[in-house]
Amino acid sequence: MEERSVKMDIKKREEKGGLSFPGQLQETPDGGFLVTKLDEAINWARSNSLWPLIFGTSCCAIEMMSAAGAKYDWSRFGFEVARASPRQADLLIVSGTIVMKMAPVLKRLYDQMPDPKYVIAMGACTISGGPFFYNSYSVVKGVDHIIPVDVYIPGCPPRPEALLHAMITMQEKIKHEAYFRKTK
Amino acid sequence: MLLEQNHITKEGEFVINMGPQHPATHGVLHLKVWLDGETIKKVEPHLGYIHRSIEKMCERLSYRQFIFTTSRMDYLSAHINNQACALVVEKALQLEVPPRAKAIRIIMAELTRLASHQLWWACMGLDLGAVTPFFYAFREREAINEIWEETCGARLTQNYIVPGGVMMDTHPNFRKRVKDVMKQIKDKAHEYEELLTGNVIFQERLKGVGYLSREDAISYGCTGPTARASGINSDIRKLFPYDGYEQIKFDEVLNSGGDCWARYLVRIEEMKQSVSIIEQLIDIIPEGDFQVKTKNVIKLPKGDFYQRVETARGELGVYIVSDGAASPYRCKFRSPNLSNLSAIPKIAEGAKIGDLVAIMATVDLVIPDIDR
Repeated sequence: MEERSVKMDIKKREEKGGLSFPGQLQETPDGGFLVTKLDEAINWARSNSLWPLIFGTSCCAIEMMSAAGAKYDWSRFGFEVARASPRQADLLIVSGTIVMKMAPVLKRLYDQMPDPKYVIAMGACTISGGPFFYNSYSVVKGVDHIIPVDVYIPGCPPRPEALLHAMITMQEKIKHEAYFRKTK
Repeated sequence: MLLEQNHITKEGEFVINMGPQHPATHGVLHLKVWLDGETIKKVEPHLGYIHRSIEKMCERLSYRQFIFTTSRMDYLSAHINNQACALVVEKALQLEVPPRAKAIRIIMAELTRLASHQLWWACMGLDLGAVTPFFYAFREREAINEIWEETCGARLTQNYIVPGGVMMDTHPNFRKRVKDVMKQIKDKAHEYEELLTGNVIFQERLKGVGYLSREDAISYGCTGPTARASGINSDIRKLFPYDGYEQIKFDEVLNSGGDCWARYLVRIEEMKQSVSIIEQLIDIIPEGDFQVKTKNVIKLPKGDFYQRVETARGELGVYIVSDGAASPYRCKFRSPNLSNLSAIPKIAEGAKIGDLVAIMATVDLVIPDIDR
């Protein structure tokens, strides 16, 4: 039996005017059965329920707050469940400079987060040290020296739209992950 | 000595750490709190979690560049920080800034103060458990952000002020936009009153909590709204006017209460004063140059120079020692937040642990300004 691609499936379904649920949908003669790939169902759920951790160290945190405000309103995309505890969060938005003294704390916060966990590096400081790259003795030159980063946002500070774009990119990335199916 | 303090000496006493990752510390402040039951016995702030070595960096940057690092210090008063640095350079070079630049600077500084106090108001609500004020305050804050964006292209760290004036002229829409925003702020002021000021639960959280006496405020070097709420005349705009503040009519907001409620009222009243300052100036911005010509490489004469300004949180001083080169020999910032923070152990002593959040919220600290 030849393996059908998910895209083809969705296309066929859309032509029929059916549900747009990711994965395979096979209608049985008596109706009411839904079959999908476990990976895709899980990724779909995970990507749409990202709970960010409030972790603002400096200027970028204000732009993160703007993104939470009414004008940019990140709850349109399902990011509004911002948590103050790492144990309840699965997305770490590092917004602001990380210095040598803060680095162990950041690592500890990352370790405390339950799997699966994702990291967005917001602002120039978290990418490379940004404006504090030269002549600074205390700034960590990029947060990826400490924790793995999924999405980077350039800017000093980035606009709230940039943060929204990064979080949508994060969702896209999660949707293509493989937990149960090993990629060859 | 230090080790002894870390020990718990009495039964029922214990130590908790607030921060460095805590939503109510507005950044990465670490407070070590000794408790007896729920009562605070001692608070010890630990600093340095966002020490970015800005002062050291300034020694390598030119007099045009070092202004821009200060936008990242107290990012809520970015304009006023830039203004302080520009003023100290102008003072050393004995430059006369064109009147148009002065007027634009004051309008921008007051817009910054408004935006900063609005953000404080929003966070104050959040800290004490009210989420709605956040959305109300950010409505007006975004309107002010739009003005900045149109004028200088940035929303938060504007870098608009340069030695000798401002970087570029205002946008043609500037006057209309500012007037619209001022009208919006005045029209919506009653919402602020209804939401928090007139809220009985909110008043109960603040009244009589976190008392700072006049004497203590002086001895700890408090400035800004924190000191004015204890009845101290500390407005630099009145005491040491700069950039033409001496020609503007406004009141220094004073309150002798000394508690959290007094600090709250002072800031609310300051917002109204800022609106009045902007309205006085917006129609009479003089025509002419927005910048006086300066040399490409600015070199300050030998000597030391000091300039203070009133940011949204208090007195910011910039002290520059120059050896005649193109960059400062030593640059020191007198940050308002560090002095205000030093009063917190005194204010919080004897208060309940829940009130510490209210005290932190009303003192309104910006941590990167403390650590620099």
